[in-house]
Amino acid sequence: MLAPNTSTLNLALVGTPNSGKTSLFNALTGSRQRATNYPGVTIEKKAGMFASPAGRTINVIDLPGTYSLRGRSPDEEISRDVVLGRLANEVRPDCLICVADATNLRLSLRLVLELKRTGASIVLVLNMFDIAKRRGIMIDLDQLSSELGIPVVTAIAVRKEGSHELLMQIDAFVSRQPDTDGLDSWQPLSAQELRGMQKQADAIIRSAVTPPSKPETLTSQIDAVVLHPIAGLLILLGILFVMFQAVFSWAQPAMELLSNGFAYLGLLVHNALPDGLMQSFLQYGVISGVGSVIVFLPQILILFLFILLLEDFGYMARAAFLMDRIMGGAGLHGRAFIPLLSSFACAIPGIMAARVIDNRRDRLTTILIAPLMTCSARIPVYTLIISAFIPQREVFGLINLQGLVMFGLYTAGIASALAVSFVVKFMMWREYEASPFMMELPDYKLPRVKSVALGLYMRAKMFLQRAGTTIFSMMVLIWFLASFPQPPIGASGPAINYSFAAYIGNAIEPLLAPLGFNWQIAVALIPGMAAREVAVAALGTVYAIEGGKETADQIGQVLAHNWSLATALSLMVWYIFAPQCASTLAVIKRETGSWKWVAVTFGYMLTLAYLAALMTYNVARFLGAG
Amino acid sequence: MTKPIRLGLARRGFAGRIHALQTEECETNLDPSELENRLIEMGFIEGARVEIVHEGAIGNDPIAVRVDNATMAIRRREAMAIIVI
Repeated sequence: MLAPNTSTLNLALVGTPNSGKTSLFNALTGSRQRATNYPGVTIEKKAGMFASPAGRTINVIDLPGTYSLRGRSPDEEISRDVVLGRLANEVRPDCLICVADATNLRLSLRLVLELKRTGASIVLVLNMFDIAKRRGIMIDLDQLSSELGIPVVTAIAVRKEGSHELLMQIDAFVSRQPDTDGLDSWQPLSAQELRGMQKQADAIIRSAVTPPSKPETLTSQIDAVVLHPIAGLLILLGILFVMFQAVFSWAQPAMELLSNGFAYLGLLVHNALPDGLMQSFLQYGVISGVGSVIVFLPQILILFLFILLLEDFGYMARAAFLMDRIMGGAGLHGRAFIPLLSSFACAIPGIMAARVIDNRRDRLTTILIAPLMTCSARIPVYTLIISAFIPQREVFGLINLQGLVMFGLYTAGIASALAVSFVVKFMMWREYEASPFMMELPDYKLPRVKSVALGLYMRAKMFLQRAGTTIFSMMVLIWFLASFPQPPIGASGPAINYSFAAYIGNAIEPLLAPLGFNWQIAVALIPGMAAREVAVAALGTVYAIEGGKETADQIGQVLAHNWSLATALSLMVWYIFAPQCASTLAVIKRETGSWKWVAVTFGYMLTLAYLAALMTYNVARFLGAG
Repeated sequence: MTKPIRLGLARRGFAGRIHALQTEECETNLDPSELENRLIEMGFIEGARVEIVHEGAIGNDPIAVRVDNATMAIRRREAMAIIVI
């Protein structure tokens, strides 16, 4: 055996949903974490590492939240298989860190009793111990530890030194080896055994925990308003409305700064290099291409800020409660609300989040409609067109007209998603009843700055990596298509008219002409398949190269000059529905495991996009906007 | 002694204790034993204190039930399996 301070230790965090497991994981690992997938399945594996006080390297994984080891959903199966050491390529953890909310121990203690059956070495961490103390909950740690037969430590994951006690304990773990006797004989528990365990857990709580003299009332006071049948729905609508106004207006200054910065950078390069291909490639292909995507980082961050705050605050479960029947009317599960809300940021995490729905049909319906939620990649396209075509004006005194159009686009996405879900339910799965909606409504908690900041950092990194790789290579491709072959010497007309892009654009233009799309749009839609926002940069490239030097940072003005209002509206409507994202389709393939659902998604979205844009264009022209 | 009723039929403000779980006659698409397991895992066992603290807007459904010191959201259809006094 290796010397104690050089051997690594593998820990796994296990716990019920809302136990603050992820906060503890963040507190332990900080930014030294990575999200990958478990081999063969598409469940996110959050792993990280840190050093123990004795200098030992500790690997830790954050397992999906679970109430039991029965494995009711793919996520819970992962938790079970890791705990039991049944997963290929995954070592059985040396020690399970069972995280429990100190203010709400009942279900966690039952889980601890179940985990003990596996023979694993377990440490119980009473998280949020400060809140429990403040509420007057008295926990006799020694009593709890001796009744459970495992070490018990307290933690305040949200504080800097809050996991100190756990860290101090970690080095003691290595002396205890998990026993493997329980593993082979492990069987899912029967209802009678579950009942017995819960009774045992309740008895332990009675002996070790003294409840406060008066119960906590803040959560119920907030819920009295937030879960009120009418006020609650109005608040939910209000939150969504503020969210979208914020995405549109708060981000503006930062976006202008970024956009001016990239324009200035382009100008620097332009002045430093002689006229020619290299100058054009750097200024239009690289800087203005990548710049026009990165410019949307502020909006994406604001949207994620809202989602992370609502999640940490405990509001997401309330939103699911409020929406359950409304979504149920459209054949959706209340739990689908969270994946669908995440899809406003990006359909990819949204589709992946649909794993919280354990029924396959509910999950498929959710995956099918998630791409209709207005993802952040559509924002660049919408913003560009709105700022070029919709006047900056107040309506009814205080509502920004541009914001209102944005809100309308979001609403159209939601409404069509509900309609599609309704049709799916009645066309395909008529005999099928929705699966039960059961979820915990956790006590409200103040979100912690560090956890939200870490979440935002991970999202920003993901977005920038995408901008730096996929989008960059698409930008180079579109620049190449738009620049080669070069026009013959002495040719009149813009150079792009002689390029590959023009051939492709002209080839599909007749198909798109009924929608009011010109060949430049047709060209931009092709790289837009890599990611929706690329279409903006592509339009910029197509028009900038065509128009000469000054237009790159003024795409909007160029569009306003070149397109009719009917075309602009038609393109926005196209973007509500069009399956313009290869990564989303790839994720659907991964999540559903079949090309059939990719084909279904692609087909129905394309049909909707074509019909809706066709209708919009013709109605707009009829009304005189042509 | 009051008569046992189904939690799924009780209104907001109802407070009592769980008398039994009867998942057999419940109109849910889950297997009765699966529903029973899930209810137990969410803390609904015989003897637990329950109180209906909130109701949804449409058809007063779903309901938010205080089970000891945790709050659980559940649809009335599944709450039919919970017999309370």
